[in-house]
Amino acid sequence: MLIRIANPTDVKPSEITSPSLYLDRRAFIAAAGLAVAGAIGGALPAGAAVLSDGKLEGVKSGPFGTEDELTPLDKVNSYNNFYEFGTDKADPQRNARFFKTKPWTVEVAGAVAKPGSIGLDDLVKPHTLEERVYRMRCVEAWSMVIPWVGIPLADVLKRFEPTGNAKFVAFETLHDPKQMPGQNRKVLDWPYVEGLRIDEAMHPLTILAVGVYGQSLPNQNGAPLRLVVPWKYGFKGIKSIVRINFQEKMPATSWNESAPGEYGFYSNVNPKVDHPRWSQATERRIGEFFRRDTLSFNGYADQVASLYAGMDLKKDF
Amino acid sequence: MTADQRIRWLLKPVVFATSLLPAAWYAFAVATDGLGANPIEALNRGLGDWALRFLLIALAVTPLRQITGWNGFARFRRMLGLFAFFYVVMHLSSYVVLDHFFAWKVIWQDILKRTYITVGMLGVLLLLPLAVTSTKGWIRRLGKRWQTLHRAAYIAGIAGVVHFYMMVKADVREPLIYGAILAVLLGWRAVTAMRRRNGRRAARPQAA
Repeated sequence: MLIRIANPTDVKPSEITSPSLYLDRRAFIAAAGLAVAGAIGGALPAGAAVLSDGKLEGVKSGPFGTEDELTPLDKVNSYNNFYEFGTDKADPQRNARFFKTKPWTVEVAGAVAKPGSIGLDDLVKPHTLEERVYRMRCVEAWSMVIPWVGIPLADVLKRFEPTGNAKFVAFETLHDPKQMPGQNRKVLDWPYVEGLRIDEAMHPLTILAVGVYGQSLPNQNGAPLRLVVPWKYGFKGIKSIVRINFQEKMPATSWNESAPGEYGFYSNVNPKVDHPRWSQATERRIGEFFRRDTLSFNGYADQVASLYAGMDLKKDF
Repeated sequence: MTADQRIRWLLKPVVFATSLLPAAWYAFAVATDGLGANPIEALNRGLGDWALRFLLIALAVTPLRQITGWNGFARFRRMLGLFAFFYVVMHLSSYVVLDHFFAWKVIWQDILKRTYITVGMLGVLLLLPLAVTSTKGWIRRLGKRWQTLHRAAYIAGIAGVVHFYMMVKADVREPLIYGAILAVLLGWRAVTAMRRRNGRRAARPQAA
């Protein structure tokens, strides 16, 4: 029998925002924003994101929303593929409890004019936190709808002034087997690495997430900083990022190295290209009984299909 | 109470009830929403785990009987084998009914295209005649051939482990543990069979 020990970072039932308040938050934030704008004479800075342990303040509503029903927070936080904390999807919630995300530094290197190490607060500060409600399609044929809080990756990357040689962006997760027990076994070649083509990285859909459901990211969900690329399979959304490297060559990616025939570099959600061991034509939305059809580019084809014009997506899967 | 009565009226009911516990636990978990965010996946995997476990338990009966010398173990072999079949059927049903809701076309394509499902189905097909011929009447009717037929359980065990091994994404530790146990159980049989044959040969009078 599985005994579930409450996680200290779990939201207690008494802390859950009432649906009416939650649905009104945009109006509330807009009103708060206006009040602040009034107070400082209408000269709002471009952004002034502040990270905190709990509820994130100053989050504005972002574009690309969906009508799909949100996946409940407890499901988003209890069903995670984060092999650094164990290969069972219930493991990360248990094993990431004491993961230290402060202080947190991200190293930016490679083909940029302004490389260097930057603390997380400074990385995020010049931007405005946005809520982005995205579909998340796992390569294992299940999906969720998640209200992320984050900042557009493009805005962050531009600050480091990529050079003409920056054709790709590589990301790396923290490697710390003491804190990440899953890294003591070579299930994957640690540290976890991922990458995007520069135009994918610069696409307005791509964000660096720091929160979910208006709160800071829980550890099991990739705290304190993770990538979200909603038209790609979930594993492209690398978690707990410590390094960003701009480069000319296509970077290695962990799952591709583990099983090249099963996971490609692009890994765009594509109902027409099956995983060798299961069909990708349908998916189970968490909380639903019947499978639903998987959409091309996870429903974001209008925004991103043009990035892949002329490519054979069966070959470059 | 004679030894026979003790097995029939005490040990067998206890083993029977214990073997039902996993099914009862999953029924309870389903009813109380205790299977996490993706209950269909959790149920399907759990039933598959138990199918493989009972297959291994059933295959452990004969080696245990030979090692301990207690022939009473043999009295549980059929029950445990049928429980393995029971969990196999539950596992398959959850795949057909819950995972794909009778989408026969999808399921058929899975069987043809996905090797791990092909292998799994092969295991089920091998176990089906064993379950059918597990009655006293069939044992009598088939005579010596019954034993030969029921060696198909070894192949079903291998199919189960291979099915599990091919299904996992990267963490193959669990299927390897099952594989190691199966290897010991089948290896034991191979060694005892070889010894028996050698023994017979040694007993034969040598030609001059």
